[in-house]
Amino acid sequence: MWVRSTMAYRASFLMTALGNFATTGLDFATILLMFSHVTTLGGFSLPEVAFLYGTTSTAFGLADLTMGSMDRLGRRVRDGTLDTLLLRPVPVLAQVAADRFALRRLGRITQGSLVLGWSLSRLDIDWTVLKVLMMPMMLLSGGAIFGAVFVAGAAFQFWAGDASEVQNSFTYGGNTLLQYPPSIFAKDLVRGVTFIVPLAFVNWLPALRILGRDDPLALPGWLDFASPLVAVACCAVAGLAWRTGLRSYRSTGS
Amino acid sequence: MRLYAAVALSGFRRFATYRVATAAGVFTNTVFGFILAYTYVALWDARPGLGGYDRSQALTYVWVGQALLMTTAMMGGGFQDELIERIRTGDVAIDLYRPADLQLWWLATDLGRAAFHLLGRGVVPLLIGSLAFDLALPAGPLTWLLFLVSVALGVVVSFALRYLVVLSAFWLLDGAGVSQIAGLASMFFSGALLPLTLFPGWLGELARALPWAALQQIPADVFLGRHTGTGLLRVFAFQAGWALALLAAGRALQSVATRKVVVQGG
Repeated sequence: MWVRSTMAYRASFLMTALGNFATTGLDFATILLMFSHVTTLGGFSLPEVAFLYGTTSTAFGLADLTMGSMDRLGRRVRDGTLDTLLLRPVPVLAQVAADRFALRRLGRITQGSLVLGWSLSRLDIDWTVLKVLMMPMMLLSGGAIFGAVFVAGAAFQFWAGDASEVQNSFTYGGNTLLQYPPSIFAKDLVRGVTFIVPLAFVNWLPALRILGRDDPLALPGWLDFASPLVAVACCAVAGLAWRTGLRSYRSTGS
Repeated sequence: MRLYAAVALSGFRRFATYRVATAAGVFTNTVFGFILAYTYVALWDARPGLGGYDRSQALTYVWVGQALLMTTAMMGGGFQDELIERIRTGDVAIDLYRPADLQLWWLATDLGRAAFHLLGRGVVPLLIGSLAFDLALPAGPLTWLLFLVSVALGVVVSFALRYLVVLSAFWLLDGAGVSQIAGLASMFFSGALLPLTLFPGWLGELARALPWAALQQIPADVFLGRHTGTGLLRVFAFQAGWALALLAAGRALQSVATRKVVVQGG
């Protein structure tokens, strides 16, 4: 329904999709400007940083396309319109996710995959079957991990009501973080996004393996392949948080 | 004048009501501050003295930027969505009947909003940043005062730009597209992503001459004490000049737009 309603205004759709494309491109423009002054950043060349950028942006784009509406939940809790969704015979999670489903978010995926494609054409990767298989695995599990963060953040809104910005720091902030090599961040920060909010599994760990780089924490090598497992675990935790949140929900009127 | 002071105060109070949202915003500004700060450290380690800043000045630039992000509404927001909606629904006709000037009224609310965001979302991230990193904070109270003047001028420039965006809704009815493009230009040309002194060649010269430079680049440089004497007067004149020119443009466009409203009203 939302797709049809957006398509009713074709010109507006094109303009916002293009705007989305350009907005996300601004991050990469910044990286390009940085590289107009230096040849490496934290020991990584431009194509390598572009590879990190492309993988996280594409994964984040997938999550944003499907789950990006989740931050509207806080508003629904505040104005009481969530009650309408509770009455319908469709899971609330699916309804919130589909709420104002915005096809213009394709702009982010397009931009991310273009940068990824460019970086692959510039990088001299020693491709093996395993590494080729790791590519779709990384993007899909990355998307699932970001999706889980979106859902967990939305679940938090059941209590906080008015704190969608906290969610932004983990989703948009996490995406920005993963665009840069882990070597430039403080070890504690890298540990935090590996073990507490496991964003490092979106692209850092598998991407470093594909690029043939060591990870700064010197973790066991098999963790590079753990992304799908981490994604499943994240989704389970997010699902649990969502159920608990929904159960504890008291409508604004009562 | 008392009317506009009251309007500004209510603008301040209105945003001060959302305590949880403010706390969440402080958290977000701090997280982004850290991420940006580390990338700047990597950049300045590779090229010390880049853009005329040393490392602690570059880090100060980051945290001042986080403090100003909401204050000067660089990503858009503030009164914009509300007024666009009033234009779309026609409620703006009621505003035009009021015995107050439309532009000054919204400027007053936006100044109140900016004052709250500077205090509510600016002070804490800057404080955390100064604890976590070695920042080049101003030594004397005079620099802080000059910084506040520069921020106030920047907020007026930002308001005047966003007011022009809002007025476009009189013709387009839907302001989403224009707002998005304006926010984009604002983020890029204000120096929120990277100091404008790092922009190469003609792009840098253009960026430093456009009004958006008044939003972050100039206040941050004033904070760092990079402008003194006549240089200081020159940047203040730059900010005030753009503020007046853009406010005048808004006024001219507004009179064309309101004449259009009268015609529509029959």
